[in-house]
Amino acid sequence: MVSLKTELCGIELDNPLIPASGTFGFGYEFAEIYDINCLGSFSFKGTTKDARFGNPTPRIAECENAMINSVGLQNPGVENVIKNELPKLRNCFHKPVMANVSGFSVEEYVYTVEKLDKEDCIGWFEVNVSCPNVHGGGMSFGTSPEAASEVTRACRAVTKKPLIIKLSPNVTDIVSIAKACEESGADGISLINTLLGMKIDLKTKKPVIANKMGGFSGPAIKPVAIRMVYQVYEAVKIPIVGGGGIASAEDVIEMMLAGASAVEIGAQNLVDPYACPKIIAELPRVMEKYGIKNLKDIIGGAH
Amino acid sequence: MKDVLFTIINNEKIAKNTYETVLEGDTEGIRAGAFVNLKLDGFFLRRPISVCEVEGDRLTLIYKVVGKGTEKMAQMGEGEKIWTLTGLGNGYDLTKSGDKPLLVGGGAGVPPMYELCKQLIREGKHPSVILGFGSQDEIFYEDKFKSLGADTYVTTVDGSYGTRGFVTDAFDKIDYTYVYTCGPEPMLKAVYNKSATSGQFSFEERMGCGFGACMGCSCKTKYGNKRICKDGPVLEKEEIIW
Repeated sequence: MVSLKTELCGIELDNPLIPASGTFGFGYEFAEIYDINCLGSFSFKGTTKDARFGNPTPRIAECENAMINSVGLQNPGVENVIKNELPKLRNCFHKPVMANVSGFSVEEYVYTVEKLDKEDCIGWFEVNVSCPNVHGGGMSFGTSPEAASEVTRACRAVTKKPLIIKLSPNVTDIVSIAKACEESGADGISLINTLLGMKIDLKTKKPVIANKMGGFSGPAIKPVAIRMVYQVYEAVKIPIVGGGGIASAEDVIEMMLAGASAVEIGAQNLVDPYACPKIIAELPRVMEKYGIKNLKDIIGGAH
Repeated sequence: MKDVLFTIINNEKIAKNTYETVLEGDTEGIRAGAFVNLKLDGFFLRRPISVCEVEGDRLTLIYKVVGKGTEKMAQMGEGEKIWTLTGLGNGYDLTKSGDKPLLVGGGAGVPPMYELCKQLIREGKHPSVILGFGSQDEIFYEDKFKSLGADTYVTTVDGSYGTRGFVTDAFDKIDYTYVYTCGPEPMLKAVYNKSATSGQFSFEERMGCGFGACMGCSCKTKYGNKRICKDGPVLEKEEIIW
């Protein structure tokens, strides 16, 4: 018998699979087609202080083995998430869930984390620092160690729940940013968010995405994600949630060998809504093939 | 929603750049005005295609070749298999039609009118149909609508067949109780402005997942934000913001 169990910031997971924020809503669409309690956890739709419609359409473009999205953090705002979405989530998911939080100022992050902190169903916070800082000239919080650490410190002050910072890969030195988050009180690091990409339509000769640029994700980005998780694992002591192009049981194992304690599945959920349960069912066979008894034992095994 | 493995039993060109694919498989839960999402080998995202006809275990799709995905579909042959998510989209609500509904399809918006027309006739309604095309070589299914027993009008933009002009140029000849329509957005807007009754309008948008998870195809309506894939593709006339 093999064991899929792992642990993330002191909370045991039945398996390492965590559908990534923005690809899984608040869980109930997927609960219509399978029992989502088979998952390790999931990270719910990025939530902000105020309701957001997001960006104009088209928001989606297809690329080779990948896609670009520019949804723009569409969400009903934290009050409505608590009032309307979390009750539906609790009905179909009975394990600790990951709360993905975004903001456009430090105050907005703090406001949202503080509101959600009272919700028992939330096991971890996953703070997305890829958003532009409106008070910082529009630069993403995640692009400088100082700004990332400011968000981390401010959120740390308002919650005792495990605080995971989701980093942007669109930086020159991911390691310095991960270390800054760790030093500022983060309990974990999640990476990678999407890479900034663009696709141009040869017929219209213009970008396909209305917002011109968007987040590039899918199997094509996996080597970048593996490399960044590997680098960050060498530099920090806190656990890592690894993600980026993961689409199979083999990918999950590769990501854990790079240093991930848990693994996010993003774009693949959109292409195959059954992707996660299929991977969970496939893992024991693939583990046996590679002589792995406990998934937990292989975390960082490539180092 | 379910993921069904369909087998192609026929795939043929029926008009300029237009193909009809007949698939065999589990068609349970596929409604008029809904769509299916096809996983083609070599492409990352699925291809959402509207439902043209469901008859027993046969599903007919009609699509225009507009890019690499539909190009690939057009080349697929008998016996090839396609994983297909079915049961997607709200579809048309037939209960509001009245006795004489008007069905208006433009180009690639014609196919969903066929299953709808069939079902309305089966329920004893008397639908009229306007089919709009650019030119005579793009026309398909005129005879099939006529065989169902629907009063069928064809318009072409260049006047090479039927009434010259747009679908709205055929409206004045017809007495109707309700409108169902699907087509390019400028056509939908023209139908919205021209129609004297209430109706249902089917929209198109680039989609990520097709089942409501990614918020890739959101739009604003008078009743709040909606996802074209899950809360649509059919919207009520009263909720559309134009």
